[in-house]
Amino acid sequence: MKILVLLKMVPDVVEELEVADDGASLDRGFLRLIINERDEHALEQALILKERHEATVVAVAPEAPEVDDVLYTALARGADRVLKITGVEEGLGSRATAELVAATVPAVPDLLPVDLVLTGCQAIDDLDGLVGPLVAERLGIPYVGIVTGVDVDPGGVARVSREYPGGVRGAFEIDLPAVVGVQGAEKPPRYVPIAKVRAAMTSGQIESVAAAAAAEPSGLDVLEMRRPVVAERAEMITGDVDEIAARICEILAERGLV
Amino acid sequence: MSGAVWVLAEQWRGAVSDVTYELLALGRQLADGLGAPLEAVLLGSEARELAASLGAADRVLYADHPSLVEPVGEHYSRVVAALAAEAQPSVVLVPITNVSWDLLGLLPVRMGVVLANFCTDVQVAEGGLEARCVLFGGKMEVRVVPRGETAVLGVLPGVRAADEGRSTREPEVVEAGVPAAPAGTVRLVGYEEPEAGDVDITQQEVLVSVGRGLQGEANLDLAEELAEALGGAVAGSRPAIDMGWLPVTRQVGKSGMQVKPRLYVALGISGAPEHVEGMKNSGLIIAVNSDPDAPIFDVAHYGVAEDLLEVTPALIDKLREQKGA
Repeated sequence: MKILVLLKMVPDVVEELEVADDGASLDRGFLRLIINERDEHALEQALILKERHEATVVAVAPEAPEVDDVLYTALARGADRVLKITGVEEGLGSRATAELVAATVPAVPDLLPVDLVLTGCQAIDDLDGLVGPLVAERLGIPYVGIVTGVDVDPGGVARVSREYPGGVRGAFEIDLPAVVGVQGAEKPPRYVPIAKVRAAMTSGQIESVAAAAAAEPSGLDVLEMRRPVVAERAEMITGDVDEIAARICEILAERGLV
Repeated sequence: MSGAVWVLAEQWRGAVSDVTYELLALGRQLADGLGAPLEAVLLGSEARELAASLGAADRVLYADHPSLVEPVGEHYSRVVAALAAEAQPSVVLVPITNVSWDLLGLLPVRMGVVLANFCTDVQVAEGGLEARCVLFGGKMEVRVVPRGETAVLGVLPGVRAADEGRSTREPEVVEAGVPAAPAGTVRLVGYEEPEAGDVDITQQEVLVSVGRGLQGEANLDLAEELAEALGGAVAGSRPAIDMGWLPVTRQVGKSGMQVKPRLYVALGISGAPEHVEGMKNSGLIIAVNSDPDAPIFDVAHYGVAEDLLEVTPALIDKLREQKGA
């Protein structure tokens, strides 16, 4: 069985985000990128399936700052092959990224067909499209998302657990090949020691593949980007921790909560 | 833009979701602004009676087929795309919920039109649409104008009051033909209910909720102690469940529970829209997060931009001291 995992980089929102001079995009000068968290879960789920069914796992990501680290880490975790799509404009939207991946993947030697494509079911920058559904449509295979567990039957069927509101799960069967949008792997993404990543950097190899097509322009005109404008922000409590604790107790007492 | 404004009515397990009425309220404003009719699109199997509550729309397009009994995005997107190819709506409003998320991703691709996602508001401006969307886990928002004749808009819950979109009017229901029975490539085998036996967080008056900022399971004791001092229970946001710190029954937000306690203490929770929709109606929200820009402070009543590992023990001590006094 062969599993393709689609990874992409997104801004790390733990860092401060700044609006660029155009007033309509992120200032990329200070931006720190990390792997989309859901994609990391998709990779973990692929590795779990590899252990269970002796699968081959191939990870692919469009080039971006820090992406080499992510791909070497994927190798260290157990991916068999990692690919970087080059010639990609920085700061592309989700739709353009997905179109690029869908157009490039069929041209990669010895890659398709695959039995299963796993990717995150959403990313924090999915303003104009979702990667999984778009790739599924372009490859002409079915899609199901918000999945938290995947197993594969020998008969070419995946069994997945999909999340619904209120903690309800839906058990699905999906004919393979298929794209599955992962919300969470069956287990948290595995830890890999830095020494192992270093070893992967020495012994492993990232294959570079040229993007197959120029990215389509986004179908959205962004007029303005800004911090959210809210009617009323929280009243901030300041001071040393004891003063803060005392103030919170006061607030709770006023409302009869203690 | 001259085509109708469509609202995809969300039906799941025999009921129309509340968010559908929120979207109808929004759709009514857009339709009036564009001078276009408002139509609700309902898919199902022998579910025509659900159309009766959609009277806020000028009419309801109802597609009936045994394969449409469950809202499976793979099937629904094909049917809605085929209906849209015929009717040429100008706007299609889809709720951002776990039920409709696959449909929202697939529909614009199958229709070959633009998607504007994570919309918190939409207005008619200069004869077209302008949407306000949140990005980067709620840290930024953008104002966008979708290009083209048709746009699919993913709309977050809470965009309008559901009551504004409810109507006692009996709507005109038009049976739409199902163009082609979708291939059975994706099959729902059955639903699994959440395991009972754990604390029901929807019934608690006080919740102490933890997120990624808790940093590790070892610090869960702090949350437990604070919850005990306040007479409540511990809940969590998605990362706390993903990392295995808490069982899924404790999850607040889109995939988890909608909670409305008298007091909600958010410890190390950033405040992504998926979490906020599950707790924003709490009576009093106090948030502790070391990031002063965390979006949780946009929804909290009181905020503390300090390390929760320092604030929480001090608060526990103070509460115990008061109790002892």
